[in-house]
Amino acid sequence: MEDMIFYDRMQFAFTITFHYLFPQLTMGLSLIIVFFKGKFLLTKKENYNKAAHFWMKIFALNFVMGVITGIPMEFQFGTNWARFSELTGSVIGQTLAMEGMFSFFLESSFLGLFLFGEKLLGQKLHFLTGFLVFLGSWLSGWFIIATNAWMQHPVGYEILENGKFVLNNFSALFTNPWLLPAYLHNQMASLVTSSFVVAGIGAFYVLQNKNHSLGRIFLRMGVQFGIVATIIVAVPTGDMVAKNVVKYQPITFAAMEGVFETEQSASIVLIGQPNMQEQKLDNVIKVPGILSFLTYKNFETEVKGLNEYDKKLWPTNVPGLYYAYHIMVGLGTIFILIMFLSFLNLWKKKLPNRKWLLWILILSMPFPYIANTAGWYTAELGRQPWLVYNLLETQHGTSPTVSSGNTLFTLLGFIGLYLLLGMLFLVLVGKIVYKELKQEKITN
Amino acid sequence: MELFWYIVLLSMLAIYVVLDGYDFGVGIIHLFFAKNEKDKKILKNAIGPFWDANEVWLIASGGVLFFAFPLVYASSFSGFYLPLIMILWLLIFRAIGLEFRGQVKNVLWYKIWDTAFGVSSLLLALFFGLALGNVVRGVNLGGVIDGVAKYDESYFFLPLWNSTLNPHAESLGIIDWFTLLLGLISLLIITIHGANWLIFKTNCSFKENLKNYILYWNSGVVFLTIIGIITWHYVRENPFDNFNKNPILWIIPLISLISMLMLFRVKSFKKESTGFIYSSLFIIASFFSTAIAMFPEILPSSNTIHEPLTIYNSAAPEYGLIIGSYWWIFGVILVMIYVFVQYRIFKGKLDGINYGEH
Repeated sequence: MEDMIFYDRMQFAFTITFHYLFPQLTMGLSLIIVFFKGKFLLTKKENYNKAAHFWMKIFALNFVMGVITGIPMEFQFGTNWARFSELTGSVIGQTLAMEGMFSFFLESSFLGLFLFGEKLLGQKLHFLTGFLVFLGSWLSGWFIIATNAWMQHPVGYEILENGKFVLNNFSALFTNPWLLPAYLHNQMASLVTSSFVVAGIGAFYVLQNKNHSLGRIFLRMGVQFGIVATIIVAVPTGDMVAKNVVKYQPITFAAMEGVFETEQSASIVLIGQPNMQEQKLDNVIKVPGILSFLTYKNFETEVKGLNEYDKKLWPTNVPGLYYAYHIMVGLGTIFILIMFLSFLNLWKKKLPNRKWLLWILILSMPFPYIANTAGWYTAELGRQPWLVYNLLETQHGTSPTVSSGNTLFTLLGFIGLYLLLGMLFLVLVGKIVYKELKQEKITN
Repeated sequence: MELFWYIVLLSMLAIYVVLDGYDFGVGIIHLFFAKNEKDKKILKNAIGPFWDANEVWLIASGGVLFFAFPLVYASSFSGFYLPLIMILWLLIFRAIGLEFRGQVKNVLWYKIWDTAFGVSSLLLALFFGLALGNVVRGVNLGGVIDGVAKYDESYFFLPLWNSTLNPHAESLGIIDWFTLLLGLISLLIITIHGANWLIFKTNCSFKENLKNYILYWNSGVVFLTIIGIITWHYVRENPFDNFNKNPILWIIPLISLISMLMLFRVKSFKKESTGFIYSSLFIIASFFSTAIAMFPEILPSSNTIHEPLTIYNSAAPEYGLIIGSYWWIFGVILVMIYVFVQYRIFKGKLDGINYGEH
C-alpha cells in the first residue's frame, strides 16, 4: 500500500513537473508575441514582425510539448487517482471539462492559422489569431487554477453519506477566494519565465554582435516585461496568496516559514535547515519582527508555530515544503534585482554595453523555471496530506485496482520518454536560436 | 439529464473518431504509400492544420465523461490502465513525428519521424477498435473469480491479454479474438476514411490507386463486420433487443449499412468529397448503433454478481448536470464557429500550404 501511493505520487509529480515547464512559457510568450505583432501593426517596422516570427517558431515547438505532455495529466486523474475522481468528479470535472470546451478548442483551432496562415489572412487577422491563441492559453490557466483552488480551499459542495462530493453552488467555484490571487500570481510567474527567456536570448545575440537588430528588440522587450512581472509576482500577488495560506492553511504557513515554536514578533528566516528530529532550524539567519509584519502588518503580532497543531495534521514533507518555498522567494528576490539593474541600464541606453549584465541575463534563463516549479511544489506539498484540503486524504484517492508494479512500469516509461522529448526539444530550440544568429551575421 | 449527457458524450466521441480518424488514416497510408518527398509533404499538409484541434475532441470528451459520469471515468480509466497509458505514449510519438520532422533537413531524421508517425497512427487505429471491443464485451466488474469479488463492485483491472484470448474466460484480457476483430475492423475503416480524406483534400500521385485499395479494404470491412455481428451474439445475449423494442431505431444501422455499401462506388463518385461523407456516416452510424444496442449500459459486467455501470447509476447529481448543460451548449456553439472558420480558411486542396516548414 505504501509503495503504491509513493509511485502514484511520483508519477503525477514527475509528469506535471515536466508538463508545466512548457505552459509557463506558452502563456507568457503568447502575450509577448501578441505585443510584437501589435507593435508591428502600429509602427509598420518590419523588425517587429521578424521578432514575432522568430518567437513563433519556438512557440510552436513549446506548444506541442505542452499539449502532448498535457493529455497524460487529464488521463491520470482516472488512471491513477480513480477514487479521487469518483468522489470529486461532479465538482472538479466541471472546471476540467470547461477547460476543454472553452480553452483547448480555441487554442488549437487558431494555432494552425496563427502559425501558417499569415499570408492567407493578412496582418490584422493574423494579429487576431495570435490574440485568440493567447486568450485560449490564459483561459486554460484559469480553469486549472480554479480546479486547484477547489482542492486547496473547497467551496460550493456538500458531502453525501457515501463520501461523494456534490456540487451545490457552481458560481462559488469561480468566486473562490483562493482563485484570483493564485491565478494572477501564477500568470505573472509565467510572464517572469517568458521575459527572462526573451531577454536571455536577446542578450545571447547582443553579446556576440552588438548591432544584432532582433537581439536588441528581444533584450528591450524582455527587460520591460521582466521588470513589471518580477515585481507584480511578489507584490501584490505573491503577498495575496500568502495571506490566503495564513487564513485557510495556517499549519502549512508555519511549515513554509519554518516556524516550529509560536513566536511573538516572529522573525523571517532567510537561511536555515529544518531539523525534524529536534524540531528546530539549524544554522539560522533571520530578521526579527518581519514575518509578523508581512503577515499581519504589525511587528508584534504572534505567529503560530507547528507546535500548536497535532502532528498528524502537519504537511507530510515539512523540509521539502520549507525549501520549495524559500527557493521560490529567494529566486524571486534575485529576479527583481536582475531586472531592476537591466531596466536601469536599458533606460540609460547602456544595456548592450554591459557585458557582465548580459552574461547574467543569459545564465539566469533556467532559474525562473526552477522558481515556478518550486512555487507549485509549495502549493502542492503544502496541501499534503490532503487531496481536498481537510476533507479527503491523499491515501484515500488512489486507484483501487492498479498495482504498484504497473504504476512503476508506466512511471519508468514516462521518465524515459520525457527525457528523450526534453533532449530533442532543447536541441531543436538551440538550432532555431543558432540559425538566427548566423543569418543576421551574414546580412550584416 | 443523464440521457442528454450520454448523447452529448457519444456525439463528441463520434466526432472525435471521424476527425482524428481521418488523420490516423492519413498516417497509415503515409506509412505504406508515400514513397517520395512530394507525396509525403502533401499528406502532411492534408492534416497539418487540423490534427491538434481534432485531438482536442478526445480531451473534451474525457472532460465530459469525468464530470457527467465520474464513476465510469474512474472505473474504466483505472481498469484499462495499461492500454490507456500506451495510447498516451502513442499519441505523443505521433505528435512529435508530425511536428519534429520538418525541423532538421536530413534523410535519416525524416525516416525516424515518418516511421514514428505512421506506426503510431496504425497502432492507435487498432487500439481504438480494441477499446470499443472491450466496452462492448464488458469487463469483470469487481474482479470476480469463482464467485468471490476482489474489488469494489464498480472497479476492475484488465491485463493486456490472458492465455486463451477467449472473450468468455473468467479472467478477461484487453486483447481476445473478439476485441481483436473489432480492432481490425477499426483499422480498415480508418484507413479507408483517411484515403477518402486524401482524395477529397489533395492531388497526391497515388490517388486513383487508393480508390482500388478502398474496394479491397471495404470488402474486408464487410466480411469482418458480418463475422462481428454473428459473434456479438456469442459475446452478449440478444444484442438487438433495444432495436426490436423500438423498430424506428433500425434506421441507424441501416444508414451504416447503406454508407458501407456506397463506399464500393468510390470510382464513380462525381464529387471528391462524397467518399469522405460516406465513410464519416458509416463511422458515426456504426458507433451509435453499438451504443443503442448497449443502452443504458456504458460498461457491461461480465459476471452475474455485479450490476453493469449504466448511465443512471454512474451519473453525477442533477444540479451539476443541469448547470453543465448551460455552459456546454454555449461552448459547443463557439466550437462550431471555430471549426467553421478553420475549415473555411483551409478549404479546397491543401497541397501547397507548406505545413511544418520553417
